[in-house]
Amino acid sequence: MAMTKTAETVEARKLDVRTVSKIFSRDGRTVRALDPVSLTIREGRLISLIGPSGCGKSTLFNIIAGLLRPTTGDVLADGKSIVGRPGYVGYMLQKSLLLPWRTIMDNIILASEIRGVPKRDSMARAQTLIERYGLGGFEQHYPHELSGGMRQRTSLLRTMLYDRDVVLLDEPFGALDAQTRLLMQSWLLQVWSDLGKTILFVTHDIDEAIYLSDEIYVFTARPGRIKAHIEVTLSRPREQDAVTSAPFMDLKRQLLGLLNDEARIAEQQGSLQ
Amino acid sequence: MSGLDSIAVADDDAIAEQRIRRCSAVWGWGIGLGIVVGWEIFTRLKIIDPYFFSSPMTIVSTFYVAATQGTLYLDIGYTSAATIVGFLIGVTSGALLGLSTWWSQIYGRVSEPYLVTFNAIPKLALAPILIIIFGIGFESKVALAVALTIVPAAMAACGGVKSVDKDLETLLFSLGARRFQVFAKVVVPWAMPWIVSSLRVNIGLALAGAIVGEFIASRFGVGRMILYAGQIMDINLVWVGVVVLSILALVMYAAVTTAERYLLKGMLHGSQPSAH
Repeated sequence: MAMTKTAETVEARKLDVRTVSKIFSRDGRTVRALDPVSLTIREGRLISLIGPSGCGKSTLFNIIAGLLRPTTGDVLADGKSIVGRPGYVGYMLQKSLLLPWRTIMDNIILASEIRGVPKRDSMARAQTLIERYGLGGFEQHYPHELSGGMRQRTSLLRTMLYDRDVVLLDEPFGALDAQTRLLMQSWLLQVWSDLGKTILFVTHDIDEAIYLSDEIYVFTARPGRIKAHIEVTLSRPREQDAVTSAPFMDLKRQLLGLLNDEARIAEQQGSLQ
Repeated sequence: MSGLDSIAVADDDAIAEQRIRRCSAVWGWGIGLGIVVGWEIFTRLKIIDPYFFSSPMTIVSTFYVAATQGTLYLDIGYTSAATIVGFLIGVTSGALLGLSTWWSQIYGRVSEPYLVTFNAIPKLALAPILIIIFGIGFESKVALAVALTIVPAAMAACGGVKSVDKDLETLLFSLGARRFQVFAKVVVPWAMPWIVSSLRVNIGLALAGAIVGEFIASRFGVGRMILYAGQIMDINLVWVGVVVLSILALVMYAAVTTAERYLLKGMLHGSQPSAH
């Protein structure tokens, strides 16, 4: 019984976004933030969404996270609708959003605390993650004592300890310097392959998208639509120097072409407003 | 020799720092002592009229008499108790009032101008009414201390609530937190530095409230003692009251400062109100 179940879920659709769209009305004006988009996310994949600023990627994330209701469409997790129901996916934002009055340990166990998991259990689990993923020795430090990269690690471990199968990462490394960013990308790949989560990753950075992902969705300028869906066939595990390989360069050229038009449109929209 | 220069410079800094600290301590205590000694000498030489300004030695002996033969200790206890009880009630209810504005945006927006208005009313003018309502006993002193402290505490908490990082709230909701969890885990600790920063002002206001209450109608308290001493022209006793109240204020201020450090342990963050 258990075996058949696993066999079924290998290719299972973990997350189904079905013709989700969002129209905001503000001061009597309506803004189409997101035209109907559909995504099928298979279990255990790392998928990037890339597109110009204001293309509705964050809106889509807020809808998937259950914080925002779509104007049309539905979001299914394991076949059940999760529209308007927060708490079904892990969600991490560009800001590390650590509670400044809590230690690193207490920040990491925040989610389990909200769910009412006994503190000792979650601390034991957190301790393993902390040591394994480079935060050992910092458990009792406060966020302001840590570097930006370390804070993002903390934030990501908090999201991971929340223990949802699907994790949304909204530009998690956007505020970091280039060097730290590269380190964090490799680190994320390690965490991902260890924990086997399904990850949706928003970024502006083409290199980052290719280096990390199995698939890339390219979004248009507002109103956001899916312009292209690209499979990244680079082998795993990926080394840092994969970014200089020929297949990588080809993909990059293709994505640059797709994104340049959209960036121009987004720019014009910006100047019109 | 040049290798030692930097060490020498660091040494110089440490020595300079030490000298500044010692100097300011000497001056600080020296000036205080100078005022007391000068006060004593000038009144003895009749350069300052000792009838109006008493003198430190007379104040000490009057204090002794008032403490041993009068009810000074009882009065001090009475005033302190009224101040502390009023302070605790005022600050707690004020903070809760301010924090409650988080629960509803409409309620928050409606209540804020009222808070500002109540803050502008000179609450001491309400003293006669409060005494009529609560009687001339302990309750009316507490009521005045509460009236003075509740609004500043509420406004401080309200300010803290308004500055809460919305993204933090979003984060907690995304983790499936209920509203009261967001309130307890984010809003209250976030507003804490604001509330705490209002405590130092409020302890002084509570003391003023208690004393004014005693001035108007009371059977006990340092305020009543001062009023009584004034009426019988015992200016020395008035001075005893003033000195006692000053010491009381200092002690309470120090206590609040200590409590502050305890309350803020691990709660400081970048957005706290201006440093004290």
